[in-house]
Amino acid sequence: MMSDRITFTIDGVEVQADPGQTILQAADAAGVYIPRLCAHKELNPFGACRICTVMVNGRPQAACTTPAANGMIIENETEELTDNRRSIVEMLFVEGNHYCMYCEKSGNCELQAMAYRLSIMVPRHPYQFPDKDIDGSHPDIMIDRNRCILCARCVRASRDLDDKNVFQFVGRGKEKKVWINSEAKLSDTDMDVTDKATDICPVGAIIKKRTGYEIPIGQRAYDHKPIGSDIEEAKATAESN
Amino acid sequence: MSDSLAALVASTCEEFGNDRTRMMDIVRAIQKEEGCVSSETLDLIAGQLGTYRVEVESVVSFYAFLSSRPKGEVVVRICDDIIDEMKGAENVAAAFAEELGVEMGGTTEDGKVTLERTPCIGMCDQAPAAIVNDVPITNLDESKARAIAKILQEGGAPAHLVTTFGHGNNANDLVRSMVTNNIRKRGPVVFSDFSSGSAIDKALAMTPAEVIRDVKTSRLRGRGGAGFPTGMKWDFTRHSTGDKRYVICNADEGEPGTFKDRTILTECPDLMFEGMTIAGYAVGSDAGIVYLRGEYAYLLPFLEDVLSKRREKGLLGTNIGGKEGFAFDIRIQMGAGAYICGEETALISSCEGQRGDPKNRPPFPAQKGYLASPTTVNNVETFCCVARILDQGPGWFAQMGSKGSAGTKLLSVSGDCTSPGVYEVPFGITLGDFLKLAGGENAAAVQVGGPSGQMVGPDDFGKTICYDDLATGGSVMVFGPHRNILEIAAKFMDFFVEESCGYCTPCRAGNVLLQGHLKRILDGRGEMEDLDYMQKTGETVKLTSRCGLGQTSPNPVLSTLKNFRPAYEVLIKEKKEEGFKAAFDIQEALGDSKGLIGRESTIYND
Repeated sequence: MMSDRITFTIDGVEVQADPGQTILQAADAAGVYIPRLCAHKELNPFGACRICTVMVNGRPQAACTTPAANGMIIENETEELTDNRRSIVEMLFVEGNHYCMYCEKSGNCELQAMAYRLSIMVPRHPYQFPDKDIDGSHPDIMIDRNRCILCARCVRASRDLDDKNVFQFVGRGKEKKVWINSEAKLSDTDMDVTDKATDICPVGAIIKKRTGYEIPIGQRAYDHKPIGSDIEEAKATAESN
Repeated sequence: MSDSLAALVASTCEEFGNDRTRMMDIVRAIQKEEGCVSSETLDLIAGQLGTYRVEVESVVSFYAFLSSRPKGEVVVRICDDIIDEMKGAENVAAAFAEELGVEMGGTTEDGKVTLERTPCIGMCDQAPAAIVNDVPITNLDESKARAIAKILQEGGAPAHLVTTFGHGNNANDLVRSMVTNNIRKRGPVVFSDFSSGSAIDKALAMTPAEVIRDVKTSRLRGRGGAGFPTGMKWDFTRHSTGDKRYVICNADEGEPGTFKDRTILTECPDLMFEGMTIAGYAVGSDAGIVYLRGEYAYLLPFLEDVLSKRREKGLLGTNIGGKEGFAFDIRIQMGAGAYICGEETALISSCEGQRGDPKNRPPFPAQKGYLASPTTVNNVETFCCVARILDQGPGWFAQMGSKGSAGTKLLSVSGDCTSPGVYEVPFGITLGDFLKLAGGENAAAVQVGGPSGQMVGPDDFGKTICYDDLATGGSVMVFGPHRNILEIAAKFMDFFVEESCGYCTPCRAGNVLLQGHLKRILDGRGEMEDLDYMQKTGETVKLTSRCGLGQTSPNPVLSTLKNFRPAYEVLIKEKKEEGFKAAFDIQEALGDSKGLIGRESTIYND
């Protein structure tokens, strides 16, 4: 079966993939972390955030949607790509209203963690301070669109994992937003706190009520190790065995 | 819920087989009757099609010509592209607004007329122009605008606004339009004599593989602008796995300044349909779709009639041209106001009744396109070339044009030139020679390829129009020395901000930032470091965006930074005092506070 394996390199390191795997999936399995926000291991690739953009044989491609192929020469951690990633993450910060200091997701937030990993101190882009709305109608779940990064994780999770279709995008361009399958209120949908879509938000846009500080600050997912460490550690463990 | 609305929704959905992939047709038809797709209607459609309300809302909210809120019985959409603006669209808009007594975007109190702006409607050669419901009104001025407003307020039908007809088929009973063709130069390929069926006969005498070979030999490349070799695209489509294959014609001509497909659709639709039919034979497809931009809805009855005549002649349908087993037919899919749908995968999404979001590639449309079947998407002009290539031979075609760009190209010219219109010229013509043809030799700048193309100055007029030098899908906008290059670039950035689908971060958020910085420079508050910022941010958008629109959307900034840098530099003030930033406006920053306390700030008032 070895002949079916696909071999390519990321930053000079040889990586193997199964047919059908994306570059990102193969990299994860090999313990090479490619930064990403919209991609999630339980969901179909979407390709919206563009943070996982890598150079494939010299051409930019999203690692999350591009199938791995034999002989690909992939650049991931170059100064140019890292700076583009910073710029995109900074765009996400300024196009929304992200107040980490009083966001209950702080420490568990993938956007915040990505900014730390990429050593972002302050966005190069001017803050846009857009008007966004909040939906607190549901007894157990709150939507705060100020913090939404339009990654479609909730859209995909509700449709593909929960079989519900609670979320979808409406509008286009900068007016685009995550909307719900009712006239105006999340409480009028069949969203339930046990839905996969409740927990899959990378930021603080969909949060469970009354659970915000169950895990104290200081003990949260990214408080001690940068985002992506789990993937990189898996490789380190495999190598030491 | 009202019974009559429920009945309308039910009958409309049934008319389209309760098929949710026909969502565009369904919501368009309902809006035509009801004036909008209301909240109640969203639920009814979802119920009838077995889908979700938010899925329907998602589609309706995407397209500029669809609305969930009621609009007037008549909607006047004034074209606000740069060329129309140069020709006085602002005054026309003001005259309409004053006469109707509404703000831009508003509806008259009696609910009769809504006034809106819309991006390029493909009438730059007869600007300023507007579309009133589906009826294009061209060569407007203030007094015409006032007269039209009066007629509409008195309940006059939009069709009655047309008193004189344009040349050729514009005067056809099924068109009855004031649009003029302005075909200034005919060439040997598209604007030439052609007898319907002759190319199909020649194609059917060959095997499909031989047809593809001939298209390859002709060196034909896609006329939409990207220039992918047509024969190769067909070959991929033919050899992809799938039970059904599709041929789609991209008639969503939305690049500002492009209107050459309008003249093809008006004067030689047979040639285009013939090319599509040959494509069907070559790739093994029995179904074609023309995706017609919503702005060209006035041509729909005429095009449907051409299709039915072709069916009568045996040029569509079963056993075409007497060839046993070859069946092919074409339907027309109307768009609804979204530039992004000119991108081939977004176009496919729209044909499938979805938001016009581009799709991830791979898979490419040739592998998995419309309804996940192998699909070839080609431009209107490309299909015309195909028919002529089959008729006259690949060698005849290949010897025209330049080395990497065979054949002729239709160019739509507008702006500061004496003869705006459509020209069929051989590839390889220099921009300077072409400007002489169009009477635009005094140009200070020319935008080649529309906002997604590049802005070039006289130093580059010796460059040639072809895929490898100055590439264009057909748009050539001419700007005289009295025009402000950066205002034009800003206008183009407004366009991309408006037309971004919003799917990916760099195009959605990055263009807003470029737009903001450009405006600031135009306001005289720019700093030298802004130029580096714009260059870098533009490059990020170009490198990381998901589709062709996003990747070309920063071009107005990037190409003017490259070719017209002094225009930026003169606008950037010298720093007045060390430590002060021109970009920061203290009064603007205090705006919210001043509003709250209800008076001006007494500090910082110099």
